[in-house]
Amino acid sequence: MAVFSRGFGARRRESDERLPPGQYLTEDFPVLSAGPTPRVELDEWRFAIRNENGATKAWTWDELMALPIEEVTTDIHCVTRWSKLGTHWRGVSIDTLFEGIETDAGYAMAHSYGGYTTNVPMEDLLEGKSWVVFEFEGEPLDPEHGGPARLIVPHLYFWKSAKWVRGLTLMEHDAPGFWEQNGYNMHGDPWTEERYW
Amino acid sequence: MIVGDWRPATISEVADVTPTARVLRVTVPDWPGSEPGQHVDVRLTAEDGYQAVRSYSLGSYGDGDAIELAVDEVPEGEVSPYLVRDVQPGDMLEVKGPLGGYFVWRPGGANPVQLIAGGSGIVPLAAMAKARADAGTGVPFRLLYSVRRPETAIYRDELERLAGDGGLDLTWVYTRGGPPGWAGRVGRVDDEVITSAVWPVDRMPDVFVCGPTSFVEHVADALVRLGHPAAKIRTERFGGA
Ligand SMILES: Cc1cc2nc3c(=O)[nH]c(=O)nc-3n(C[C@H](O)[C@H](O)[C@H](O)COP(=O)(O)OP(=O)(O)OC[C@H]3O[C@@H](n4cnc5c(N)ncnc54)[C@H](O)[C@@H]3O)c2cc1C
Repeated sequence: MAVFSRGFGARRRESDERLPPGQYLTEDFPVLSAGPTPRVELDEWRFAIRNENGATKAWTWDELMALPIEEVTTDIHCVTRWSKLGTHWRGVSIDTLFEGIETDAGYAMAHSYGGYTTNVPMEDLLEGKSWVVFEFEGEPLDPEHGGPARLIVPHLYFWKSAKWVRGLTLMEHDAPGFWEQNGYNMHGDPWTEERYW
Repeated sequence: MIVGDWRPATISEVADVTPTARVLRVTVPDWPGSEPGQHVDVRLTAEDGYQAVRSYSLGSYGDGDAIELAVDEVPEGEVSPYLVRDVQPGDMLEVKGPLGGYFVWRPGGANPVQLIAGGSGIVPLAAMAKARADAGTGVPFRLLYSVRRPETAIYRDELERLAGDGGLDLTWVYTRGGPPGWAGRVGRVDDEVITSAVWPVDRMPDVFVCGPTSFVEHVADALVRLGHPAAKIRTERFGGA
């Protein structure tokens, strides 16, 4: 049973059933990252998937743009408790990128320019659950929000949606990424509040 | 890193430290202790069960049942005006933590340390500066603290004392106005300030930058542009403008 805070609640925010427990709505787009914002030139940008046997498939920016592009409307939830509802993105489905990739791996490690990593189970990436996106609300993605391209896995806390993403390394066994080594949950489901260790 | 469940906590002391900020001393029975730079989640529950949670850095570190928070009011905010204006000794809230294992300074390293704070971003950095003094290590520490005016600086006296004792090399940046008789510059942290007040790149400093998002973005970008390796720069962004 929680303790009460005398006199608290006068300035409460509206609630919404689309909000997972412990989250509040924000209209801004807060920025949270562990270091400086990387700046990546489009002609140097690459995205690569490496399977558990070391076979690698890579795309340049132009090659990514030539793939089928999807519009995604989704809610997003940050572990620092803000959620944004009905955000709009454009990008390529991870399913599209996995066409022709041979794997039995259960997990992927997302790698970013700047060195960030985060682990995601394959079942949370495939079947329409994640994208590599390069547009937010009709504009090219700002570097501070992960541009030129970031992963989005909207049904997990947003630290799984690696900014400045440059590839996925497939793994037979789960292993912690950056925040997971620094105290955050290995999975990160907002609806069950999988926040910390 | 220790997290654990929500712990009931009692406000023991409140002190107005700037026109918009307050230091809260909070008693948390069985508090497991924390490292310099960690934060807690604070949960407030209204009489009707409504709850809100926000993160606050610890201005304190180490063992003992007493922790310290310093909260700056965000106008129009939901939680910070309550903590800065309404809460009184004897009132209760809950904390979860300590949280965060990355934006942490642990005594023992040999590289010089550069702290760069904007506004309430001083809170975790002040804990690091205190920890350095207590540890009695010779690791050289510099702090660059950007505030609007002298009276908006949190932990001003404590920082001046840490500087006076010879341990901490402290540089103030005033963005709106300096103290009476101030002949120095007034304005944002720019390349010139960074070049003169921050450890040079070849000293390989460990850099901690904390404050509002736009401040952290601006400073971290400038550090990288001036040659500091991104891997040596740790940031904590408090949200907001
Ligand atoms: C790890 C971490 C540590 C933190 N430590 C501290 C601390 O030691 N002291 C402290 O005072 N705050 C700290 N913060 C910020 C704090 O968690 C809250 O965001 C802040 O107190 C505002 O909460 P609120 O409920 O009053 O405003 P909200 O109701 O959440 O927000 C109101 C509006 O203000 C904007 N806003 C939110 N935060 C800020 C901000 N910091 N500056 C300017 N605008 C903002 C929001 O985007 C929103 O539009 C920390 C945040 C993080 C993530």
